Amino acid sequence: MLSIRNLKAAINGREILKGINLEVKEGEVHAIMGPNGSGKSTLASVLAGRDLFTVTGGEVLFEGKNLLDLSPEVRARAGIFLGFQYPVEIPGVSMTNFMRTAINEQRKYRGLPEMNATEFLKLMRDKKALMEIDSALASRSVNEGFSGGEKKKNEIFQMAMLEPRLAILDETDSGLDIDALKTVATGVNRLRRPDNAMIVITHYQRLLDYIVPDFVHVLSGGRIVKSGDKTLAYELEEKGYDWIKEENEE
Amino acid sequence: MEAVSEKITLDNQLTDWYFTNRDQLMSSSNSVFNSVRPAAMESFRKLGIPDSSFENYKSTNIPKVFLSPLHKYIEQRKILFAVEDLFHCDIPELDTELVLLVNGWFYENRPRLQVLPGGMIIGSMAEAAKEYPDLIKQHYSKYADYEKDGLVALNTAFAQDGTFIYVPKGAGGDRAVQIVNVLLSPEDLFVQHRNLVIVEDNATARVVVCDHSLSARHFLTNSVTEIYLGPNSHLDYVKLQNENDNSNQIATSFVHQERGSDAVFNTITLHGGLIRNNVYTRLNGEGASNQTLGLSLVDETQHIDSYTFVDHAAPNCNSHQNFKYILDDQATAAFTGRILVRQNAQKTIAYQANNNILMTSEARVNTKPQLEIYADDVKCSHGATVGQLDPNAIFYLQSRGISKREARLLLMYAFGHEILNKISVEPLRVRLSDLVDKRLRGELSRCNSCPLHCQETC
Ligand SMILES: Nc1ncnc2c1ncn2[C@@H]1O[C@H](COP(=O)(O)OP(=O)(O)OP(=O)(O)O)[C@@H](O)[C@H]1O
Ligand SMILES: [Mg+2]
Repeated sequence: MLSIRNLKAAINGREILKGINLEVKEGEVHAIMGPNGSGKSTLASVLAGRDLFTVTGGEVLFEGKNLLDLSPEVRARAGIFLGFQYPVEIPGVSMTNFMRTAINEQRKYRGLPEMNATEFLKLMRDKKALMEIDSALASRSVNEGFSGGEKKKNEIFQMAMLEPRLAILDETDSGLDIDALKTVATGVNRLRRPDNAMIVITHYQRLLDYIVPDFVHVLSGGRIVKSGDKTLAYELEEKGYDWIKEENEE
Repeated sequence: MEAVSEKITLDNQLTDWYFTNRDQLMSSSNSVFNSVRPAAMESFRKLGIPDSSFENYKSTNIPKVFLSPLHKYIEQRKILFAVEDLFHCDIPELDTELVLLVNGWFYENRPRLQVLPGGMIIGSMAEAAKEYPDLIKQHYSKYADYEKDGLVALNTAFAQDGTFIYVPKGAGGDRAVQIVNVLLSPEDLFVQHRNLVIVEDNATARVVVCDHSLSARHFLTNSVTEIYLGPNSHLDYVKLQNENDNSNQIATSFVHQERGSDAVFNTITLHGGLIRNNVYTRLNGEGASNQTLGLSLVDETQHIDSYTFVDHAAPNCNSHQNFKYILDDQATAAFTGRILVRQNAQKTIAYQANNNILMTSEARVNTKPQLEIYADDVKCSHGATVGQLDPNAIFYLQSRGISKREARLLLMYAFGHEILNKISVEPLRVRLSDLVDKRLRGELSRCNSCPLHCQETC
């Protein structure tokens, strides 16, 4: 589904991603862990098409297409979803209007007719219930005045609405209380299908108890320095990152 | 030097125009107008058309718009169009009464004055001056100060007709009055109209004003509107400016508020060439509150200049000014907001904001707050911002599949929403929001129908 080959990206002339290789197949969940500032969010942003970063090398294929040639909105319509580490507040744009516009633009791209108001509202209601989202939240402006946890839940709510093929969740678990973490994880698990995939960026092994990954990768200094199965997450939790750095130096 | 001599020539021409037509003006008008005319003309001779030597007119070249050749008439011209065909429909779910002015003159598709159930009177200002001279005398030219602004003096010197709205004690409420100012002429035209709104104690007025041009000509309008709000009265006033971009407009309004009254005065500017809006508010009685708002979406070479003056002359009043501009292409804008808090106006709360979005590097805005505070127990704040659309927000929207163009439109629309939200009559808010959305999309027809009334005739 997604192949990242020797991807390099820079900001202001400083290289952040220094040759990433990653293969994601349908049905898989990949966890990415790694120290602060190692480039995890940068990777997520580059995949979603943020033009702040310049791709300086490598390629990314998504379902056979050259992803890096596509605008962010076309990537989204092709099925890529980014759950932001820091969701953006947009005063004056209501959640409803935002989601209706997004869904209809995506449907248009797929040659489907616009959703009518009744269908759309029903969809909103169902997904709000799934994510245990307060009704009032959905009638407010996008993320405006939402608490940290509410913003994260709202990301997964949007994911539930858009049903992406590949979801990249950037620290969706940080800032969530234990109950919210379970809700979010349950929501995410319900969205898992044999034909979609997920990249879950996290600092905590705890999330991976709920969303069990097929692979765990460690990103450090702009490279994937170690990959393994879910037991790697336990090892990291126990030993930190230093041992990998040492291992790499050897 | 050249500009100075041009201004002198211009002032002389307008003065000559007055003296040539003085007898006709006097004989065709009521004494209400005529009694102030000579003094207003005297004042005009002193002040003339304001050029950049006037502190309040530094950002806008007013003489320029007077210098282009325009036809001027002091009598009503025959209209060769079936105007009523263009106004057969209405805002759904909104109960409105219509007053139509064509080139500043009351258009007689209905009685010149109508007394509505509940006692509200609407119609022609000229007719009202004849029918109710005593009532009009109490208010006419009492708020519009022709000694300070040459444009007000010019309007007062030539005042003949306009709209009149009278809401007697305790009346009003449900019905909105819609004033449609139509410009319609086979030749370029100078237009002036003089309007008066009287809202007595405990009464409520909802007024919607739509300015637009039905001919692709150059027009220049110099209008003056006086609004009196009696104790505990309410006013909801929305003015929609949507003339063609070759037309220029100077609109000066005076809002006089007595004790406990509240007013929302909202100006939405979509199309028009050079536009100067002056809004003078006097909070004359204790506990009055005022919101003066503006939303302007301008592009190409449009120019919008808003001048507001809120005079806190009594204690415990509050005023809230909020002006938002979105400027595209080479559009230019200015905002000057003056707040005066007089010595006795204790416990004043005055707030002012001017926020701007520049879509290009060529668009320009000039913003200037002027605060003069002579009381000690007041809360005053002001702020101005000039910025672009938030690139993080644009990316966030794009990342959900929304195109960049649509994302920008959503953000621009959101920016203006705060002002549109202040329109309390829901169907009107919905209709105006829709117009703003169309304007942002560049889909607002510049065809000739009234956008509020008859979109289907486009
Ligand atoms: N907009 C930016 N301008 C300049 N530098 C940036 C920008 N965004 C990221 N960087 C830099 O790129 C590097 C990688 O940042 P990134 O956000 O990808 O790290 P991360 O692995 O997600 O860290 P964290 O675990 O703290 O979220 C950091 O050194 C950061 O300072
Ligand atoms: Mg990060």
